[in-house]
Amino acid sequence: MNYGALFHATLPETVLEIAALLVIVVDLGLLRKAAAQTRIAVAALVGIAGCGMALWAVSVAGPYSYGNELLLAANGSAIVAQIAILILTALTLLLLIDTTFTRHAGEYASVVLMAAAGGLIISAAQDLLVIFTGLELLSLGLYILTAFAKQSGKSAESAIKYYLFGGMSAAFLLFGFSYLYGLSGSTSLQKIVQESYFASIAGGAPLLILALVMVAVGLGFKVAAVPFHLWAPDTYEGAPAPAAAFIASVSKVASFALLISISTAMLHAFDMANSVQALALNGQPSKAFGVAAPWSLILTILSVASMVLGNLAALAQTSVRRLLAYSAIAHAGYILLGLAFFSTTNLSSQAILYYIVTYGLTTIGAFGAVGVVERATGSDKLDAFLGLQKRNPLLAAILLVLFLSLAGIPPLVGFWAKFNLFAAVLGAGSGKVALILVALAVAFSAVSLYYYLQVLKRVYVLPGTDESPIRAGFVTTAVLVLIAAAVLVLGCFPALLEGWIAGFYPVI
Amino acid sequence: MLSTTIYISFIGALFVGLMPSKPSRLARILALMVALGGLGVAVAGFAGGTGQGTVVLTDKAWIPSMGIHYLLVADGISRVLVLLTGIAAVAGVLFSWNVELRTNQFFAFYLALIGGVYGVFLSGDLFLLFVFYEIAIVPKYFLIAIWGSTRREYGAMKLALYSFVGSAMVLIGLLAAYTASGSHSTALADLAHAGLPVSFQMWCFPLVFVGFAILAGMWPFHTWAPTGHVAAPTAASMLLAGVVMKLGAYGCLRVAIGLFPHGLDPWGFSFIGIGSWRDVFAWLAVIGIVYGALVALAQSDFKFVIGYSSVSHMGFVLLGLMTLNQIGVDGAVLQMFSHGIIAGLLFGIVGRVVYDRTHTRQFAELEKMHLSRRLPFAAWAFVIAGVASMGLPGFSGFVAELQVLVGSWRANPIWTVASGIGIIVGVAYTWRALQKAFFSDTLPTAHTLEAEQAHPFAPICWSEMAGVSLLVACALVVGLYPRILLDQIEPAVKALLAGGAQ
Repeated sequence: MNYGALFHATLPETVLEIAALLVIVVDLGLLRKAAAQTRIAVAALVGIAGCGMALWAVSVAGPYSYGNELLLAANGSAIVAQIAILILTALTLLLLIDTTFTRHAGEYASVVLMAAAGGLIISAAQDLLVIFTGLELLSLGLYILTAFAKQSGKSAESAIKYYLFGGMSAAFLLFGFSYLYGLSGSTSLQKIVQESYFASIAGGAPLLILALVMVAVGLGFKVAAVPFHLWAPDTYEGAPAPAAAFIASVSKVASFALLISISTAMLHAFDMANSVQALALNGQPSKAFGVAAPWSLILTILSVASMVLGNLAALAQTSVRRLLAYSAIAHAGYILLGLAFFSTTNLSSQAILYYIVTYGLTTIGAFGAVGVVERATGSDKLDAFLGLQKRNPLLAAILLVLFLSLAGIPPLVGFWAKFNLFAAVLGAGSGKVALILVALAVAFSAVSLYYYLQVLKRVYVLPGTDESPIRAGFVTTAVLVLIAAAVLVLGCFPALLEGWIAGFYPVI
Repeated sequence: MLSTTIYISFIGALFVGLMPSKPSRLARILALMVALGGLGVAVAGFAGGTGQGTVVLTDKAWIPSMGIHYLLVADGISRVLVLLTGIAAVAGVLFSWNVELRTNQFFAFYLALIGGVYGVFLSGDLFLLFVFYEIAIVPKYFLIAIWGSTRREYGAMKLALYSFVGSAMVLIGLLAAYTASGSHSTALADLAHAGLPVSFQMWCFPLVFVGFAILAGMWPFHTWAPTGHVAAPTAASMLLAGVVMKLGAYGCLRVAIGLFPHGLDPWGFSFIGIGSWRDVFAWLAVIGIVYGALVALAQSDFKFVIGYSSVSHMGFVLLGLMTLNQIGVDGAVLQMFSHGIIAGLLFGIVGRVVYDRTHTRQFAELEKMHLSRRLPFAAWAFVIAGVASMGLPGFSGFVAELQVLVGSWRANPIWTVASGIGIIVGVAYTWRALQKAFFSDTLPTAHTLEAEQAHPFAPICWSEMAGVSLLVACALVVGLYPRILLDQIEPAVKALLAGGAQ
């Protein structure tokens, strides 16, 4: 084993882990007697510095293989997802600065950094064992973060729910992985796809489908796809705002990057030279459809269920956080559609990354804004937003931009993300099925406008009962303004981000 | 140069929105200047466009990887509708001179809406057109929900959802057409020449047509229009009826008919005399004309009369489009302009001049107020507007509806006969409204006379006079000399129809 190469490949993760330890040392060692606000600010800043260093490390790190098997990739989707994870993590740490929910800022920042390291690993992972390790590192961090508001009963309750669901889904995932290993005799994604394909031809098809379903359960839980979504509303509601923002953005980016890796492996496995001969022998003209077709079917079912249930359930919510949770489920549904109709070119992968990165950014902003209102009014109910345009006009304008972007109104980035994704689906999936599913997705995004407008209606239209101004901290305001500006600018000039993402992919 | 209208409006919206809400006069004056600036550019562009045909205003690569361009194009139809938008925008600002609640926000939303409308009329790229089309939805919602009256939240949400569902249908059509044409470009001209298969056009045409026609108030998707118009503040209902409904009709013409002309081909079989989508939509238009007029006849709320009359008049636009011949489509475009002016005038008089003084729109209460004596300006302005709305010669409505009817006679005489009923009922409901609201014959008692003298209505202010005069003048000029618009409309329609024949 080449430890030098391994160290080189995992440099970003290593940097984050060192930063995580450093935060604890600084917080508990040097600043033990300092004021709570100072400790929080320092912890956040050290964490952000760690993210910055890791960003540099991403640019120098490379892929890592053990023997013939690729363990960590350094391809376009991995790098884009890693950079996005680091930036989004830094933003959620910035949101920590003005909060007061915890006295243990050092531990909080440290757990965030370790979870982010888990996210980096699964974005690049190409091997079942690495995937599982990364997922657990990420998930364990998220359980702790959810429970971090120790005075709040809701926080503890939601963390326990999240943990139980998470543990169960991890068991399913591992079970599915064991079947895949049994079918193919390998833990490498590419090999699994090829070998299990031949195994399924030889009569192992039911076992393969069972294994894929198990994997879909595990990953469906991570991205909160229906019917594995039950943790999401409670967790989004109970977790402290910066933690909820982290769960809604960073964890989603990482999980979808992993799904991209799996889908890519499904389609590219058979491009490899050594399988061409085998294909010719078997007389199978189609690409890995023996494996890809059931996988697409599973993803399509999850996608449709998430779109329908997420959007419809969001209509009935009275808590803005729960509303955001159900809207997150709906958005996961759109993205899963992109994964179900995955193209052999890089188009789909780019469109999905574009969607999830901009969605993560917007959600962080939304949770930041909800957090400000919550601290002032003590509630995240819809009625807490009454008359916000008078109490804090800037915050109201930011909410307007972010929620309209989530609803997919141009010229905001959410619209372009949807257009790009749906165009990719239509480009990849020929035939009527893709078109009907896209029509369904577009129709349900029309439904979504209703519940986003329910919030904006309270912000702008209905008269407020309490008109005392709401103050947001300087850092939070700055972060929110930055995010809203990015949503607007990227929406007006979508080619900026799109070109940036495409730049990490090899030119075909 | 016409593209400046878009930028003026959006920048104006930004500045007005950032102004302090007090004193409200500042925001108002700035908004008027922005609207006047837009109108000035629109007039200059219109005058300069005579005999020029299609002109590319701006063409920049916007999203190179998908072949999407920021492409602004003006032809005769666009120039006429941009002119209409400019006029309606100025009139709308004049008629909302008395808005005191959150004035800066009101005009910010108002100007953003105007900017979106200008953008739609000038877009030469379907993607861009769609973006501007959606930009116009959100300000409409807030204008109605915050500053509206009668059941405003209901009306606003209904309007927003109808619009968004319509635009979702358009988006599906846009995505499908983009993919079917090979994912190279979304420019209207490129898509029109992409040679989309007839079977594709057959299902895509009705999808996109209905998506746009929802906003044009096509029966049976018109129900947002009366409630939306009634709930909206005066300026917003002027814009809704005046230009926003035209967005829908314009989309039907430019996108649905322009890109999928074969969608109008016969199906190859016929069912109770209906053998193509053209027949379907023409009949829906005719039903809209008659139904809107009949329902308007039965209303007890003044504004609902105007609201339903809009549905009826927009029926003429859609009928004109479905004739697919030169004179009929000319008439449809002219009717868009004409209805924009006249509906704006009617809503201005009812919503501002009358309602802001009487605080009621119920005929039963207006009858007792003797408005012809107490508000002679409003009464006579409404007489002129009503006459124009009925389609009497000398006003723009006459020329437009005549052309539509001639066109539809050539296409299918039964359509003309059926919509003739709508015209007759149109005279009736206008007359009824006029009589009930202004010229009722209940005699005042000495007691009421005293009360009326004790509480006289506020005098008519300059902004109302200016708004009414502007709109009446436009209706008259176009009515007396329609060639001023037709010279630009005809070649553009000819090119569009010829493009469809390929």
